[in-house]
Amino acid sequence: MIHGILGIWNYWIVIILMMTGLFIVISRHNLVKKMVGLTIFQTSVFLFYISLGKVQGGTAPILTGYKNTLYSNPLPHVLILTAIVVGVATTALGLALILRIKNEYGTIEENEIASLNTEENSK
Amino acid sequence: MIDFSVFQNSLPALQVVVPLLLAPVAVLVTIPFLSWLIALFGSIFCLYSSVSLFLLVSEFGKINYYMGGWLPPYGIEYIIDDASAFMIVLISLMGVFATTYAYQSLKNEINKKSQSKVYGMWLLALGGLLGLVTTGDAFNLFVFLEISSLSSVTLVALGSKNDKRALTAAFNYLLIGAVGATFYVIGVGLLYSITGTLNIADLTLKLSELTNNNSMKAGISFIIIGLMVKAAIFPLHIWLPAAYTFAPSAVAVLLTATATKAALYVLSRILFTLLFNADEFTVIILQWILLPASIVAIVFGTIRAIFEKDIKKLLAFSSLSQIGYITIGLTLGTASGIMASFIHIANHSMMKAALFMGVGAISIKFNQSIKLDNLKGLYQIMPITSISLTIVILSLLGIPLTIGFVSKVYLLKAVFNHGNWPILFIIVVTSFLALGYAWKMIENIWMKQPDNMNLLVKEDPKIYFPLFVLAIFNILFGIFAYPIVNSAFKASNAIFWKVI
Repeated sequence: MIHGILGIWNYWIVIILMMTGLFIVISRHNLVKKMVGLTIFQTSVFLFYISLGKVQGGTAPILTGYKNTLYSNPLPHVLILTAIVVGVATTALGLALILRIKNEYGTIEENEIASLNTEENSK
Repeated sequence: MIDFSVFQNSLPALQVVVPLLLAPVAVLVTIPFLSWLIALFGSIFCLYSSVSLFLLVSEFGKINYYMGGWLPPYGIEYIIDDASAFMIVLISLMGVFATTYAYQSLKNEINKKSQSKVYGMWLLALGGLLGLVTTGDAFNLFVFLEISSLSSVTLVALGSKNDKRALTAAFNYLLIGAVGATFYVIGVGLLYSITGTLNIADLTLKLSELTNNNSMKAGISFIIIGLMVKAAIFPLHIWLPAAYTFAPSAVAVLLTATATKAALYVLSRILFTLLFNADEFTVIILQWILLPASIVAIVFGTIRAIFEKDIKKLLAFSSLSQIGYITIGLTLGTASGIMASFIHIANHSMMKAALFMGVGAISIKFNQSIKLDNLKGLYQIMPITSISLTIVILSLLGIPLTIGFVSKVYLLKAVFNHGNWPILFIIVVTSFLALGYAWKMIENIWMKQPDNMNLLVKEDPKIYFPLFVLAIFNILFGIFAYPIVNSAFKASNAIFWKVI
């Protein structure tokens, strides 16, 4: 039982990170913190994919000349390379938007922005 | 000399690659008009390629294009079948309309310095959406999902010249969209962990051998939730009203006509390929998750629209309810239900695009967000826009001789065949409730006197031309419904019977 839980400890870390990230996105009012949460959430998925590709005792998938080399599955790593690029683009765009929001509203706290928006709505 | 057949054979790739390649060109050309011409060229090229692909598919059947010559399941495969051909024609046609409309409208609504850059984002969004509907690879689909949604976030944020709330709308769209896309990736990862493949056709095959596998159920649920965010299905729609309201009108036209529709298409694909093997689980997803969600979406969207004063917001909530009608067709789980959904996907994108164009044309005159009061006596100020808008509003209501009627008839027929009386009742009642918001617009346009006659300005043909043509389409395809109905019929067969 203990072995079963500890044997897949990397998946536990994935789940903990995933939930932490999602919780930050939902619960924080500060927009930058929201972006931090989003990044943690996305990173947990990267870790998940990399864990999927790992083969016990396998090495990097490089041609060595020896036959029957045990190597890890390289495909998830490649996918995650793409996902990292997408994640960076998302973060960059999010931070750029936060910068503009700060210039226009003078705050990056979500509740203050919301009250400014309701003022705008009632105008 | 270039071999024409090579060009012809690579059309499935070119219609995605050309807009993506033209995007940086449009940014580098700093003259707005030239950038716009490039965008127009890109969208017309997409229309050309999608129509020729559509004709090829309807004549010779499904086309499989292997990126770089790598065969599936290892390589990335682009699949053009009856369903995706239907969608690419719709997306690129609406793309041409939106681009034609965009120049004059964006000139008024966004900052001077982003006026040529906007077309780069515009083309990225278009190319991303076309890739989204044609790709047959689950991970490639994620990349296109993000290309299109990141560029649409940027486009929405450009509305900040008139209203700073566009920025918060764009930020929420980004945040919710990114969480949705990540959910999709988690789902794909879970499915990959049990099947070892990313090709959707191959995934379907391998998943059909598994029954009652928890990874599969979790994976499919993650994927469906992720796509529901992108398609703005209740309760995951919260980004939509603000994004449509504060985006520049041309952007709202593009988003409503293509972005949510592409996501809905992908959702229907996933529902009826990956999901349809797990029997009990399918029933749970369709009957207990999607069906209640779409019923609430219809009722909530209609009622919110009735009490809304801001026209763009009204249209956004009406979109929400119309998306509900589309998903109800999917939840029936029959070929005729999917057919009704596809008819409504096409028809709704024509109606809403036209409505947002009309509202955009009016907002140029008033230079502010338009309330219902601004529509007073519009027929005296802008006769052509008023007539076109009225046609489209009637079409939204489902008056006979318009496309709205066609989609309502097929939806009711599908529900009737399924024998689900409560849903039939809800659809009929909400269709009448829709009068509540549609009538307010018609009443203000035709039966009231304008407050201020000084606004009398000549209408700009560059603005009203695409609107007028779309209004004509609303009637034309309402009378000669055969092209849409027939291709939707083929599309539903391609999806439902999984002709691989």
